[in-house]
Amino acid sequence: MKYETQRVALPFFAVAMALFALQVIFGILAATVYVLPEFMVEMVPFHIMRMSHTNLLIVWLLIGFMGCTYFLMPEEAETEIHSPLIAYIQLAIFAVAGAGALVSYQFGIHEGREFLEQPLWSKILITISFLLFLYNTSMTLLRGRRTAINSILMLGLWLAAIFWFFAFYNPSNLALDKLYWWWIVHVWVEGVWELIMASLLAYLLIKLTGVDREIIEKWLYVIIGLALFSGLLGTGHHYYWIGAPGYWQPIGSFFSTLEVAPFFAMVMFAFYMFWKGRRNHPNKAAMLWTLGSATVAFFGAGVWGFMHTLHWVNYYTHGTQVTAAHGHLAFYGAYVMMVLAVVTYAMPQLRRIQPFNQIINMWSFWLMTASMCFMTFTLTFAGVVQTHLQRVMGINYMEVQEQLSLFYMMRLGAGCVVAVAAVVFLWAVFGPAREELPAGETGVANA
Amino acid sequence: MMESLSRSAARNIFFGGSLFFFLAFAGLTAHSHWYMVNVSTDKEGLTESVAAGKHVWEKHSCINCHSLIGEGAYFAPELGNVWTRYGGRENPDAARAGIKGWIKAQPLNVPGRRQMPKFDLSEEELDNLVDFFRWADSINTQGWPPHPVG
Repeated sequence: MKYETQRVALPFFAVAMALFALQVIFGILAATVYVLPEFMVEMVPFHIMRMSHTNLLIVWLLIGFMGCTYFLMPEEAETEIHSPLIAYIQLAIFAVAGAGALVSYQFGIHEGREFLEQPLWSKILITISFLLFLYNTSMTLLRGRRTAINSILMLGLWLAAIFWFFAFYNPSNLALDKLYWWWIVHVWVEGVWELIMASLLAYLLIKLTGVDREIIEKWLYVIIGLALFSGLLGTGHHYYWIGAPGYWQPIGSFFSTLEVAPFFAMVMFAFYMFWKGRRNHPNKAAMLWTLGSATVAFFGAGVWGFMHTLHWVNYYTHGTQVTAAHGHLAFYGAYVMMVLAVVTYAMPQLRRIQPFNQIINMWSFWLMTASMCFMTFTLTFAGVVQTHLQRVMGINYMEVQEQLSLFYMMRLGAGCVVAVAAVVFLWAVFGPAREELPAGETGVANA
Repeated sequence: MMESLSRSAARNIFFGGSLFFFLAFAGLTAHSHWYMVNVSTDKEGLTESVAAGKHVWEKHSCINCHSLIGEGAYFAPELGNVWTRYGGRENPDAARAGIKGWIKAQPLNVPGRRQMPKFDLSEEELDNLVDFFRWADSINTQGWPPHPVG
């Protein structure tokens, strides 16, 4: 850690990880209701569990992105953060907005559009906090060195904020509501968030592999170019059946097929740099999360997305468990794993010690990744069976759901392993530091 | 391929291409907006009651269990075409009574069955909600869903 103000990232990571733990808990509660339908039905109904689960994910990822930005910005810009005080204040505002929304949900106070359930006051606080964050980081960038990595990261964050304003527009016409709702939901996760992900990936690869910045930054532009060229018109895959014109079917199918390209490029990029790099960085766990993120994002977002994106396939699979399978692995690979990679990379520096607890960190990687994959497989099987029974054979929804109970039980089991893995991860990064390096790597450390 | 491409060329391609695709996306969205208002949805039928029904739908976060034209939580049945499923296109009065009766009967308390909570909706709210379902059912969804079960 070269710059003192990089420490600002620490409380962001702490809050993000606490909310991550809560997100997993609400996920397990909701998965339990799939298996035992009467579970907690009076206390916390399913719809409250689900909005808590999804909202916590979005909020902790955003706080995580902020932490990552505060950590890498001084190094990239070669200057201290403009104002650590503003950083702490905007974190407090964001945490109050997120936690306040979560508490209000438990009392049935919420707005009613999926993922945008935050009450108006919470939305306004989120906006204020995000603008303070953008001001603080942009001022830092303007004062310091501009690199492709910090410029693209800031571009992604600014665009995320701009598209967020569609959250305040809710027309009475349901079709219009859906049209613009996707301008946040799709344009975030399959557009501007990919800018954030790709720049974090590029930063980690420079640090961990030591490959030339010139090469890494060129790849970065190619990847985000592919992301936006395919992702913007790729929104069309959400416009097939909501009352939009029929031309979205060929456009959406074509461009969302191309949405695989940026993720494929990221896997190529990550492994190519890994093999090319000569630096033997002692933080093996961070390298593992970095490569893992690129790989799982390719499968979760790329392959699983492509699987049901062609309009003549989506006609049958739209709104089934296939979508749930894709959503889980895509978010996990592209965004959860990327933030965990930066946390794993940054924590030794933030705690001013050598890379530590790497073995248990890597255990959490394999446990979490394997169980998320297993969860995705069970939901995919459930979705395929559902598609056939309900959409082809025309069997009633509730009858079909009974046929899926085995898959839901296995999904719950996978979720419990994710919870164990999350605890192991938290212990690895925040717990007492024990061994510094994996066995067999000591020679490198001492050299 | 990557060797012959310089970093600044890559950057220029990114900015130029992104701007082009954004403008294309915005233009098609503007046309879709016009199309949705004037062609694919029932402009005259979008009454105050339908708007109030959408508000009832949102107030109780129905989307976090049900799906509406395929979007939502997949935990409970699709409701975008519930009006068709209840035979509303042939017999609107019976469909209205049927949907309202179903909501009022919750929770069913059938052991081992997913429970819909009791939402204490007034008669007016129930009618608004049914008007909203009826309006949503009339959206031209390009033939989706493939089967009336949703």
